[in-house]
Amino acid sequence: MEPFTTHTGVGVPLRRSNVDTDQIIPAVYLKRVSRTGFADGLFAAWRADEQFVLNHNAFSAGSVLVAGPDFGTGSSREHAVWALADYGFRVVISSRFADIFRGNSGKQGLLAAQCEQADVEQLWKVLENDPGTEVTVDLAEKTVRAKDFQARFDIDDYTRWRLLEGLDDIALSLRHDAQIGAFEQARPAWKPVTTPA
Amino acid sequence: MGRTLAEKVWDAHVVRKGEGDEPDLLYIDLHLVHEVTSPQAFDGLRLAGRTVRRPDLTIATEDHNVPTTDIELPIADPVSRTQVDTLRRNCKEFGVRLHPMGDAEQGIVHVVGPQLGLTQPGTTVVCGDSHTSTHGAFGALAFGIGTSEVEHVLATQTLPLRPFKTMAITIDGALAPGVTAKDVILAVIAKIGTGGGQGYVLEYRGSAIEALSVEARMTVCNMSIEAGARAGMIAPDDTTFAYLKGRPHAPTGEQWDEAVAAWRELRTDDDATFDAEVRLDADELTPFVTWGTNPGQGLPLSGRVPDPEAIVDEHERVAAEKALSYMDLRPGTPLRDIRVDTVFLGSCTNGRIEDLRAAAEILRGHKVAGGVRMLVVPGSMRVREAAENEGLHKIFLEAGAEWRAAGCSMCLGMNPDQLAPGERSASTSNRNFEGRQGKGGRTHLVSPLVAAATAIRGTLSTPSDVN
Repeated sequence: MEPFTTHTGVGVPLRRSNVDTDQIIPAVYLKRVSRTGFADGLFAAWRADEQFVLNHNAFSAGSVLVAGPDFGTGSSREHAVWALADYGFRVVISSRFADIFRGNSGKQGLLAAQCEQADVEQLWKVLENDPGTEVTVDLAEKTVRAKDFQARFDIDDYTRWRLLEGLDDIALSLRHDAQIGAFEQARPAWKPVTTPA
Repeated sequence: MGRTLAEKVWDAHVVRKGEGDEPDLLYIDLHLVHEVTSPQAFDGLRLAGRTVRRPDLTIATEDHNVPTTDIELPIADPVSRTQVDTLRRNCKEFGVRLHPMGDAEQGIVHVVGPQLGLTQPGTTVVCGDSHTSTHGAFGALAFGIGTSEVEHVLATQTLPLRPFKTMAITIDGALAPGVTAKDVILAVIAKIGTGGGQGYVLEYRGSAIEALSVEARMTVCNMSIEAGARAGMIAPDDTTFAYLKGRPHAPTGEQWDEAVAAWRELRTDDDATFDAEVRLDADELTPFVTWGTNPGQGLPLSGRVPDPEAIVDEHERVAAEKALSYMDLRPGTPLRDIRVDTVFLGSCTNGRIEDLRAAAEILRGHKVAGGVRMLVVPGSMRVREAAENEGLHKIFLEAGAEWRAAGCSMCLGMNPDQLAPGERSASTSNRNFEGRQGKGGRTHLVSPLVAAATAIRGTLSTPSDVN
């Protein structure tokens, strides 16, 4: 995974709450067996509407999505993160993220930055008043800046460290292989196995 | 200090306690796999030269993409076929047990695990599917994960996780006839909201929960995710043990006694505290239905489409306006006047034998209303077999419903079972998101009883509306 330190890019105001993963990428796009090529499915239904924010020239190359509360609810599909990343997003800002989406983002180097709703509202206004405004997100400092606007965001320290270092979770866990083995030795014999009885 | 059920199961699976900010490393007892969220995970293993650490704790089934008609033919959609073929290749290469289309044990992953007796009290269960919370009905800590985590579990049989907070959802009293587990969970979600459970494991308790069958408990736990929760749990009891006994993978002989003794410890201690508590009165619950585009936008079926103008919270008001526009509904319309085109009975929420029995009981001797199509999709081929042994399929077919093979089907429309744009359904599934059941489709979430009554009358109805 590429380390994430700071990112500057066009901010996209998405004035919607409860943006569920079926909206981020509808199920019909989930049939691919690769991790790439999901950008065309991103917000597929909404992008059919020419008024949708990503269909405005000033926002179409955006990389910092600023959304309403409860972003990423619903299905566990990591394809939602892949679609956002494949489109070019590096950061999503919201006042509240669904747990699974937040976890999936951290695995893929997409930064889920949690801001106060009042800050989100202010940032929406900045972005709408001057479409194409760039937003700078600094993970080390945990700050979001755009023109005169500045706010802090929250992210748990462990995910922040992993993103800053670009570390792979599996390799980290496998460092504890001996402990996993010891745990397995101590499991009760009646625990189920899937091999046919 | 006492511990909650969730904390007990968590503590029993900690391989390594995290230091400082680090998460705990949690052991996973059972990993369920399906075709949609696994291909990229297996690919990741191959790229890194890793193997599946415990194929004997892993089981796969084909469910999301599979057609529910002509299942003996190759899948017509080439992309779906590739995904299913990829799962077959991966399971063969990595030595994972698979129940493919046409197999007697094939079905929705969350129906298959419990019916095989693999889902057991006190276990940790994961799957690349958010409705893994279903398995919490047995007192398991069960939660959905993303594909990177699927890869992580395949490679290590563990997950790095930070402990969840705990919330008690206490429901005392007795449900009136015609009120089901589905109405209970829709009422819970309407009360706490789609984000209300975020970061929490919900523990459902109280006399109304204890009175539920294991299958009804699965319906409740299944939709915990729709309240934003990571998992839902119910303490195992004699009802749970009776359901498990004799299932193919349940312990036997002395091991059964040992297991039951351990399972009886899986209760929240009297002096344990929850991070949050919510109470509902079962006596007050009535059949529930959603009117909007998230599962929290629900009301008793006796109500009317709400007026967004009356909603104080700005986000909720805007969300309600958008939802009503998408759903093509006018404020003030009695919910009972809403006419549907399609009734879907099935899914991991309500696709088990008790759900089919309940709906068949209402439909017996009736016909599906003109202009309405009804799809009955058993959650697994075993459920289908059991229903046919009881003659339920005849009731559905005589009523004019379609009797299908097992799969996720119209719950999310990854197979050909979809709503056409503008079509409206009464659906026993779990999500009424925009386009969930097909692009432009409109979904009302209901119980199997309401689904059956609605099929007969053509408008959203309760069993008591049917003569």
